[in-house]
Amino acid sequence: MGRITLEGVAKRFGDVEVIPPLNLDIEDGEFVVFVGPSGCGKSTLLRLIAGLEDVSDGRILIDGTDATDASPAKRGLAMVFQSYALYPHMSVRKNIAFPMKMAGIPADEQNRRIEAAAKALNLTNYLDRRPGQLSGGQRQRVAIGRAIVREPSAFLFDEPLSNLDAALRVGMRLEISELHNRLKTTMIYVTHDQVEAMTMADKIVVLHAGRIEQVGSPLDLYNAPKNAFVAGFIGSPRMNLFSGPAAAEYGAETIGVRPEHISVSPDSGKWKGRIGVSEHLGSDTFLYVEDTGLAETITVRSDGEVNLRHGDTVWLTPNEDKIHRFDKAGDRIA
Amino acid sequence: MATRQTASLARLMRAPAIILLLIWMLVPLGMTLYYSFLNYNLLNPANTSWAGWFNYQYFYSDPAFFESIWNTLVLVLGVLLITVCGGIGIAMLIDKPIFGQGLVRILVISPFFVMPPVAALIWKNMIMHPSYGVFADIAKFFGANPVDWFAQFPLLSIILIVAWQWLPFATLILLTSLQSLDGEQMEAAEMDGAPALSRFIYLTLPHMARAITVVILIQTIFLLGIYAEILVTTNGGPGFASTNLTYLIYRAARLNFDIGGAAAGGIIAVILANFVAIFLMRAVGKNLD
Repeated sequence: MGRITLEGVAKRFGDVEVIPPLNLDIEDGEFVVFVGPSGCGKSTLLRLIAGLEDVSDGRILIDGTDATDASPAKRGLAMVFQSYALYPHMSVRKNIAFPMKMAGIPADEQNRRIEAAAKALNLTNYLDRRPGQLSGGQRQRVAIGRAIVREPSAFLFDEPLSNLDAALRVGMRLEISELHNRLKTTMIYVTHDQVEAMTMADKIVVLHAGRIEQVGSPLDLYNAPKNAFVAGFIGSPRMNLFSGPAAAEYGAETIGVRPEHISVSPDSGKWKGRIGVSEHLGSDTFLYVEDTGLAETITVRSDGEVNLRHGDTVWLTPNEDKIHRFDKAGDRIA
Repeated sequence: MATRQTASLARLMRAPAIILLLIWMLVPLGMTLYYSFLNYNLLNPANTSWAGWFNYQYFYSDPAFFESIWNTLVLVLGVLLITVCGGIGIAMLIDKPIFGQGLVRILVISPFFVMPPVAALIWKNMIMHPSYGVFADIAKFFGANPVDWFAQFPLLSIILIVAWQWLPFATLILLTSLQSLDGEQMEAAEMDGAPALSRFIYLTLPHMARAITVVILIQTIFLLGIYAEILVTTNGGPGFASTNLTYLIYRAARLNFDIGGAAAGGIIAVILANFVAIFLMRAVGKNLD
């Protein structure tokens, strides 16, 4: 079981309120991703749940019992740190065994769990090495192994992939998702990378300056962002946001159109512009259109075959159904 | 080195310094060896003659010989024990953020700047003195008889003085090591359910192993040659209770003017130092890899 409830949880460092009181429900077995720009308080929130920081206000319930003042060890949660935080002078086996040793689990049970975790994480051949002799991805797996063997009620991941190179990151992303499918344990995952959030999460929590901007499934956030911040943060490439007469035409302060919801034509359309940079990815082409009079550049996602070059004049037409409208405060107009 | 030319050039450029160091080491060692086989007394320098192994036999049969070797080892080990344990403790205390941290750290380090004879004299006359020392005052305050430190516990007194002088060094080295301990590792251990003592044993101590080794090796080099503190406090007594090998050599050379005997003692001290060094490198040297 791993149901975590935050009730009015707030965190202040002196006079600085990094997290204003917030409420959040995390269901058992859910994969929840906290996402936001750096400094938005997502790591602090995770550390509050872990018990590594004390809450200034509010209550944290784990499986219905108040864990606000419980020590980190007593909460039954396991954490994977950004730096992996492996114990450098211990072998991989001893690293994985450490939490079980501390819990006083008998040696044969320890070995059984170590073997199982090593097999699941492809670490069997590395059990007698030191962390310093492993690659980044292997260290990451050791850190996950150390978390798994405790059989925690929830896993906490603090930007676990940010130290890996791009190719490895995609691989580990898959492995963590598979791990979640297999274990069906609650996972809370902190990242600043919205691609990780979109691909892994059952539920995304978008944080901005300590506040929860929106909670929802990846597609909810993509299709119906609650405000301009979420709209701009979720989705890659970013949504085009512009205000002025073009927005007023739709009765809004700001309107947003995703790059994939704009069609390009060389001779007719709604907005006229000139292509600045075109990025040909093969499957897609990203066009950065300038001189539209709406915003500095408008990003358009077109198919891979499009034959437009720097300096070409183009006409853009937004898909009218997919235009997001926001009022003066940045909130969505339904 | 990239190429063979640069390698041999580097060797050539290094040579003067290395040769100078070698001469610096070999000449005194050779002279000491030479003198150790001579009958050479400053009271009668004209009568210098070849002595063979006599000086070694004489030094060996000195009633203070084995006691002084034993005292040397007790002194080194005692000071090491106090400074390493105390150094870890103090380093952990001043690693925590406290008010006036800078001042506290300077005060902790300051004993290292006091030169040994001065420190020993202060301890002798102001702290351990049986009638007007601080310890005597404390003893009297509790109604106990003051301890005459240098008469009753001469070697322990010297160990305390030397440990006081070397504690800052150990603290400083161990503190820097402590500050490089990764905070996330400690948090991970905390989440893994390790209480403070386990975190200390399984994380802090192994992390500091290298620094502890450095402290032990460097201090041993200096502690084998402790001399000034003994000279100004106990003069090696009572009897030979606080005489170490260095002090025994001093006695031979400067009180008996026996250069040959002192040189033989010096060679024995070199051999002892090498034994200690081999033992230490076997015991803790692997931490330096």
